[in-house]
Amino acid sequence: MAKHEIKVQVNGEAREAEVESRLLLVHFLREMLRLTGTHIGCDTTHCGACTVLLDGAPVKSCTVLAVQADGREVMTVEGLEKDAKLHPIQEGFFQEHGLQCGYCTPGMMMTGYALLQANAKPSEGDIRRAISGNLCRCTGYVNIVKSVQHAAAAMAASTK
Amino acid sequence: MIPGPFDYHCPKTLSEAIGLLSQHRDDAKVLSGGQSLLPLLKLRLGSAGHLVDIGRIPGLEYIKEEGGSLKIGGRTKEAALEASDLVRKKYPILADTAAVIADPLVRNLATVGGNLAHGDPANDHPATMLALGASVVATGPKGERTIAVDEFFTGLFSTALAPDEILTEIRIPAPPARSGGAYVKLERKVGDFATAAAAAQVTLGAGGEVARAGIALTNAGPTPVRVEAAEKYLQGRKPDSAAIAEAAKLAAQAGEPEADRRGSVEYKREMARVLTARALKRAVERAQGQGT
Repeated sequence: MAKHEIKVQVNGEAREAEVESRLLLVHFLREMLRLTGTHIGCDTTHCGACTVLLDGAPVKSCTVLAVQADGREVMTVEGLEKDAKLHPIQEGFFQEHGLQCGYCTPGMMMTGYALLQANAKPSEGDIRRAISGNLCRCTGYVNIVKSVQHAAAAMAASTK
Repeated sequence: MIPGPFDYHCPKTLSEAIGLLSQHRDDAKVLSGGQSLLPLLKLRLGSAGHLVDIGRIPGLEYIKEEGGSLKIGGRTKEAALEASDLVRKKYPILADTAAVIADPLVRNLATVGGNLAHGDPANDHPATMLALGASVVATGPKGERTIAVDEFFTGLFSTALAPDEILTEIRIPAPPARSGGAYVKLERKVGDFATAAAAAQVTLGAGGEVARAGIALTNAGPTPVRVEAAEKYLQGRKPDSAAIAEAAKLAAQAGEPEADRRGSVEYKREMARVLTARALKRAVERAQGQGT
């Protein structure tokens, strides 16, 4: 079985590894790079717990091969915090109780982050549509929506 | 879950990809967005000795009108279709469809060509393309050939593509004036396959009568189902609520839906009727310039 040398920018850092063809991106991140913030939930492309950004777009990393990420940029939840300061999307989930068990949270934050990059002032409908591929079994989504709104407001205030 | 072992190939050109497919034939699968293929391999419902990733071949992602057709590159992402102004304005049936395929994260990788080439009657684009009278371009060792979507779906997970052909383009005839279309899907939750879904594309004549109707159903049998009886019934008639109701009844009788956890055969047929009526109503409104 063929092995492949891959080079991936992960959270701004060049990472190289030799991987099997069938290695999934989520296993590359969690097991080879030990970036365990990205969770594995359903493992069947339903729940979105494994959401990471691939060249800026949120995708389910359980349904991408690690070799497909060769030469590309990946951002995981570990890439949100900068200089020991939480990103507004993290702060939003903290302030608005956007989580209970926390399992879906990394995926929710990555999807929320990508939404706010594309749409700085999303409506509630925009947020609900954006997170429709991320499942949460605790919160009923109300506080998750508030968390993203909190982040949007904080980011708007900081750019004024 | 981890897929069984396979070799991964990443050709840089179409001819290189076709060469690999010619070499490995039935032991190879084309990897496009991977959103159907990778789950299948992970669940070990399928296997392949070789994956030929077309993801790095330039020139396979575009949406453009040319020579009286809308041309969609085979690897065009569903997210791109959903975001396209041209598609929203002139091909709303495609925008409707893209918006209900899986979920937004999947649509960032899933491709239009893959949605067709996978040959899954539960996928959403097949019905839409049947209603639109589309064709696909298959590129193989001998060059390109065009296949009408009507002849493309040959069985469950089977298509008219040869093992060494790649679906490189979808061509949709540009709709004449007074045309409109809609796709309406019933799903238990976001990301689910359709319990039932209906695609309708209508062109009205100068007098408001139906000049052409294309109607098709998702997940109503082993292949996507075109409802010719309903299309013929509408031809030349005013698309009023009585005519739409009659066409919808004909749609309910079409296909061979199977009972499963999404519902009984009777329920699925009834939903096909309701959804066909809704799709036709919206298509007609859009053709009349009243729809959104």
